[in-house]
Amino acid sequence: MSNLTAWERMEVVHHKNRPTVNDYIPALFTRFMEFHGDRCFGDDAAIIGGIGLLSSTPVTVLAQVKGRNLEENKRSNFSMPHPEGYRKALRLAKQAEKFRRPIICLVDTPGAYCGIEAEKRGQGEAIARNLYEFMTIKAPIISIVLGEGGSGGALALAVCDELAMMENALYSAISPRGAASILWKDGSKEREACEILKITAEDLTNFGVCDKIIKEPEGGAHNAPEQAADSLYEYLTEAVGRLSAADEKSLLEHRYNKFRKIGMFTE
Amino acid sequence: MASIEDLFKVVKSRFMDDNQHTPATKDVEIPRDLLFKCPRCGGVFYNEEFVNALKVCPKCNYHARLTWQERLSLTADDGSFIELNAGMKSLNPIGFPHYEEKVEKCSEQCDTNEAIVTGECTIRGYRTVIGIMDSHFMMASMGSVVGEKITRAFEYATEKGLPVVMFTSSGGARMQEGIISLMQMAKTSGAVKRHSDAGGLYITVMTDPTTGGVTASFASLGDIIIAEPKVLIGFAGRRVIQDTIRQRLPDDFQSAEFQLDCGFVDTIVERGMMRKALSGILKLHGFPKETIAR
Repeated sequence: MSNLTAWERMEVVHHKNRPTVNDYIPALFTRFMEFHGDRCFGDDAAIIGGIGLLSSTPVTVLAQVKGRNLEENKRSNFSMPHPEGYRKALRLAKQAEKFRRPIICLVDTPGAYCGIEAEKRGQGEAIARNLYEFMTIKAPIISIVLGEGGSGGALALAVCDELAMMENALYSAISPRGAASILWKDGSKEREACEILKITAEDLTNFGVCDKIIKEPEGGAHNAPEQAADSLYEYLTEAVGRLSAADEKSLLEHRYNKFRKIGMFTE
Repeated sequence: MASIEDLFKVVKSRFMDDNQHTPATKDVEIPRDLLFKCPRCGGVFYNEEFVNALKVCPKCNYHARLTWQERLSLTADDGSFIELNAGMKSLNPIGFPHYEEKVEKCSEQCDTNEAIVTGECTIRGYRTVIGIMDSHFMMASMGSVVGEKITRAFEYATEKGLPVVMFTSSGGARMQEGIISLMQMAKTSGAVKRHSDAGGLYITVMTDPTTGGVTASFASLGDIIIAEPKVLIGFAGRRVIQDTIRQRLPDDFQSAEFQLDCGFVDTIVERGMMRKALSGILKLHGFPKETIAR
């Protein structure tokens, strides 16, 4: 499994039976209740927000929704959030902070939506605000990239204390297709771009971006969704327990430094 | 019929003769830098007129892109600028093909190691930390060095209790640094947060073009956000949106004026008034005017 190329992992991630948050949420949490809306403009079905129990601990869940079929995808806009989705996430994160609830972000998006309405409502500002606010939210934050982590649209739910990635998940600053069209003026060369960009969980671990790789069943999570959910559950219960025990100040200091130290340069 | 053909021959040869006597006008060469063609309205002007107008289009008021040197001399008091971290240079974190060569070439052309210059200066006597992005350097995309310099500028300002003025312009994250470039968005936003929590004042000046990962991080986080007239400000690229929605976008889409209407910009300030506006804001926040010449 670990020998797959980035392109092969991309195919696994795009498998039509790959489990989505609609599979993971019921498997990981009990008594989950969804809460809607950003209290400002509307509700974005591309991000589910709510509270549930992880084992016996109440947690806030923020999850990007890939549909399992066309119907679901239409509703969730193929998991490409609008600004109100990010603002809902921030609202619920602030609520979690107030009640000292750990926050679990399930990241799975090709990217933030690019469209007229999204621009008018400030897609850039919404993402920026989340990066800014999540950096100092006084509650443990764990983000897991389930499938695709598409650029700023993913990062807006991934300023966290610990970033985990499913074994086959990918996380990238630019889509391989986008990179190919810039590099070679040819979007169809995404396969080559996929390898150049270094976007697998293993690559990201080497860069110090990913803290934990969660093992997937042989051939990918779609082959045994319950087994994938079990591995994720095991990691989450351990991480939530550990991070909840840390004192607030060192938690925030650690979070700041996690991002602060990323970069390669000479002086 | 033959006679008509002959007639044409006569006429043709007469013109050819004429050409030999008078020099052809097409041989006159217009130097490339004599004229400026506005990318917004398409108007053509003498470059001198354009430069004298601080590189603002005389017809449509588009505020064209400046080099960091031009911006600095228009903004900071003469001789007041002290650069920070000038020697910082990027590496090639993901081993991207030909990245080093590209950076090297831009460094020579732009006379700076990277797409942003940061430091400390005074603006009409008010001391501030300043950052100037230069879109001539790889479209001022944000990689490790840009992210680190911005972060350090904010940390320095936090430590010294200084305000920060950032002139933003960027195509977004730097593809050649892969995921490392994306992480600079979180890093810079974190530094802005700490500066803000410490009570620091941060003014963003959005210049042409402010887009992508820069719009989606520190550029949108100013306490006060100023834009230059007619510049491009947005998250997604125009072409990307057009491809998604399959229709042409209105011309003023993502302009500074559009962003003002949508509520994402506090005010639009003409280039010639920028120093006054910035120093005015610093004064309103109670910063002291320095009397000693620096």
